[in-house]
Order: sequence, then structure tokens, then C-alpha cells
Amino acid sequence: MIDHFVRAPAWEWWILLYFFCAGIAGGAYALGAMLRFWGSPRDEGIARAAFITSFIALIFCPIFLTVDLGQPIRFWHMLFDTGAGGLVFKFWSPMSIGSWALLLFGLFSFVSFLVALASGGQLRAADPLARWLRGRAGDVWTAIGMILGLFIAGYTGVLLSVSNQPVWSDTWMLGGLFLASGLSGAAAVLILLARRGRGDTDTAVALSDADRWFVIIEAVLIVLFVVTVAAAGWLASLLGPVLLLLWLLVIVGIAAPIVSHSRRMTFEPRVAAALTLLGVLALRAVVIFSAQL
Amino acid sequence: MGFFTDTSICIGCKACEVACKEWNQLEGNPPEFRDSFDNTGQLDAQNWRHVQFIEQVPDNNGVVFQPTPIAGGQAWLMMSDVCKHCQNASCLEVCPTNAIVRTEFDTVFIQQDVCNGCRNCISACPYGVIGFNEKTGTVHKCTLCYDRLQLNKMPACAQACPTESIRFGYLDDLQKAADARLAALQKSGFAKAQLYGRDASVYGGLNAFFLLMDKPEAYNLPSKESAKLPDRNNTAGYAAGVLTAAAALVAGVFSFRGRRMAQREAGTEAAGNDQ
Repeated sequence: MIDHFVRAPAWEWWILLYFFCAGIAGGAYALGAMLRFWGSPRDEGIARAAFITSFIALIFCPIFLTVDLGQPIRFWHMLFDTGAGGLVFKFWSPMSIGSWALLLFGLFSFVSFLVALASGGQLRAADPLARWLRGRAGDVWTAIGMILGLFIAGYTGVLLSVSNQPVWSDTWMLGGLFLASGLSGAAAVLILLARRGRGDTDTAVALSDADRWFVIIEAVLIVLFVVTVAAAGWLASLLGPVLLLLWLLVIVGIAAPIVSHSRRMTFEPRVAAALTLLGVLALRAVVIFSAQL
Repeated sequence: MGFFTDTSICIGCKACEVACKEWNQLEGNPPEFRDSFDNTGQLDAQNWRHVQFIEQVPDNNGVVFQPTPIAGGQAWLMMSDVCKHCQNASCLEVCPTNAIVRTEFDTVFIQQDVCNGCRNCISACPYGVIGFNEKTGTVHKCTLCYDRLQLNKMPACAQACPTESIRFGYLDDLQKAADARLAALQKSGFAKAQLYGRDASVYGGLNAFFLLMDKPEAYNLPSKESAKLPDRNNTAGYAAGVLTAAAALVAGVFSFRGRRMAQREAGTEAAGNDQ
């Protein structure tokens, strides 16, 4: 058994909300990019919705993070070294990389948001930007944004693992787990946003297909997460009464997209999407509070 | 510079705690009575020295028997705990603002005007040393009396310790003294006596190291096997993320491109049937 004689960092509700929004923001951007790269022209409506969703979810991220700081006014110390001067960037510290990645992804997400509005005829002022980001330039922009989005959705798990806290530091699955879960949550949001009768239904079906893959990946990673934590001797930390209830929500959230399309039990995909979103939040709550209860 | 804390001669007087609070103007936490002589509880933002009382006294249905002498008084262990000022400090490693620095005295110091209270260092410290202060919104821990060192003064706790359980000085000198003390104890039959953090086996060596009378875990210190830096999970953590991203992209290709191809084929077939 690995010994842990540590104090919990009191990362609680604001951080839970940040992890949730980061997963949705990064996942939605990645799905928007995938739809644009590999989807059909009929998927463009949902792709635009994905970029808009990504930016809206991202707006909350720095707010939650700043509110959680003991000295919120010093949020910029994450980027500037006020002691020695100059910029501060520590590639071995996920929180340091994450701060820069959030800033960069914010730029990409904001521009893609403007382009999505312009393409939908909702923001004429951004038309020149949309014209500039057409074709190859737009593809490159979207590809870089997708990589950053995938990073934002997953690095939060690595941040927890790069610690000495029980559970968090006893596994290295959390980065992948949060990424898979973020993609699943983003797919669920887009399914909920898909409007019937506007050509979105077909895209929603494709998103449901993708979501089933994402939750399968997530389920595999959850098994590996539990196995690694058990091997370190901290399984009991994952099994408190409140946590068991949250695990139930996680399982329902994973099962919903799979079951919703099985032959025996078909139910409204939007219900499945809502349950998936609840599971995404519950998973992060289980992980965050398992080390701090 | 550093501390050598010899727990074999600690008498639990808490003079170190008091001297630390006096010099550093720490208010202390509200009084809390525990089932122990240890009413400090833990190291935190208000307690930069903490005298642990580790009671290994046999107890039977609430009737406390007289402790059996176990190899010279090991039934009641006492240790004045403190920040270890690790050579490879986990807190310094993860701090995203560079608020935690190594000083000219080779100690680990938190710059209060730089810290923004993200608490990443609390998550990383393997000894639970660092605490968050709600009033300042920043984290605090032992500074090894940085201000006193600048004035060529000994840290307050070491100066106050009546038994010289806490010794301050150059590491080379302290290590020699520790080696001699350990040899003497082992010669006297204290087989469990051991040094913790004297060499590089724990976090590259601790500038505040200890002579223990039992295994480290008995003093709430991680064993050598468990003492690992947070960045051990960096590579594997990101690798798991990259593999997941790759799997997700493949899933995207299957779900979106595969469907588009199927639609095209269906369209071609329909066109063929029309002809």
C-alpha cells in the first residue's frame, strides 16, 4: 500500500464546475472540428453550434478558476512571474501548462465562435474573418483549435494525478478518462441542441454513434482507473456512501447512450443525452471528492 | 542550512511551537481538545512546528495500563514536526506562479506577495505541511526563520528547544552529529532507531531531517518506497490522454466519415436505379 500523509487542497465546487465546463468546451470544439473535417455539408449547422457551445462553456472556465483562488486579483500571476519578472511557464506543472493552454484555446475558440456566428448570418461584422478562415487556412486553424480543445478537456485529470493525494496520484488514467467523458458530454449537449426538421436529425444520429464509442472508451478507462487505485490500496476511498450514489449516476450516464439504441429498449435520445451529462458531472465529483472526503 | 531533529530526546514540551508562533506572529487555531496531549493536531498555516505525541500505550476497555517499557520508552513517541525543506521539493515543483523558491540558505520559501492561493502546493506536499490561510488568501509554512537567518540568528524553535532535540546548522555538521547519535543509540540496543531524510533516498535529501525511534509511518511520514515526486505521473498521464484522443478521433472518423460514405453510396445506388 502506498502511504499518503497529506492535506487535501480543498478543490471543491468551483473546481468541479470548471472541470465540467472545460470538458464540454474542449469536447465541443473537437466535435465541431470532426464534423467539419469528416462530416457532410448537412452537418454544418451542428458544427457551428459546437463552436458556439465551446466558447460559451469556455467563458465560465476562467471565472470559476479565479473565484476559487485565495487571491483572485492575482489570477495573472499564473502567466507572469511577479517575483523574478518575465513570463512563467513550467512544462512539468500541469497547472502552468493549463493556464497557457486555456489562454490559447480561448483565442481559438473565440475566433471560431465569431466565424460560426458569421457563417450563420448572425454577425455580419465578423464576415471578413469568416472569409479569411475559409479553405486551407480555416482547416489549419480548426485543427490547431481541436488539439488545444482535446488538451483542455483532458489535462485537468493529469493535473490531479500530478500530486501526492490518495486516489489522484495513484493512477495515471485521469487525463484520458476526463477527455473521453468530456467528449461524451459535449456530444450530449449537441444532441440536445439538434433541432428536428432542420436537417440536424441526421447529424444527431451520427453524434449518438460517436457518443457510444466515447462512453465505451470511458468505461474501459474507468475500469483501469479503479484497478490502479485498488492496486495502490486506496479502493475504499472510492466507495463511500455518497460516492456510491455518484457512481450510480456515472454508470447510468455511460449506459444511456448505449441502451438508447439497443433493439430491446429504445428511448428518446435527448433523455439519454441528459443522463450522459449528469454522468459527466458525477464522474468528476467522484474523482474530486474521493481524495477529499 | 537545516534542522536535525532528534526525536529520542524530545520531551514534548512544545517550546518550539510557542517560540515559532511568538517570532512569526502566528495567531494559532482556536483551542481544540483531542483524545491526546497533542492538541495542535497538524502542521498548517498557523502551526509551523507541531509536536506529535504518538501514543503506543496498551489500552483495554478504557482501562489504561501502565506502559510496558519497550526498548527504553518507545511506548510514547514524540517528534517536533516541521517543513522538511526537501532538496527535490514537490511544492516548488508544481507551483505555477513561482511563488515558492529556494533561498540563498538552501531552504524552501513561499513569497507571500506572489502566491495567489491556487493550493496546488498543498495537493503536492507529501507531508501535509502547507496550509491555506483564509485571511491572507495565500498558503503558509515554516520559512526556517528566513528573516532571522538574514540577521545571523538561529531559527526560533531551535533556540528555544531545551533538550537540543532540534539542532540547527550546516547540513554537513548536522549529518555528522546524526550519524554519531544513531550509532550510539544502536549500540545501546535501540534497533529501530533510524535516520529519515539524512541521505538522498527521500526527496533527494531533507534539509530538515530526523532521527526516528520507529519506522517512518509511525510518525506519519511516508516510507522511502512511498516518497515520490508528483511529476512521476506526468508522462504516463499525458500518454493516456494522447491514446484516448487518438481513439476518439478514430471513433469520429467511423461515426462521421463512415456515415457520409454510406450516404454517398446510397445516393449512387438510388441514381443507378433511377437510370
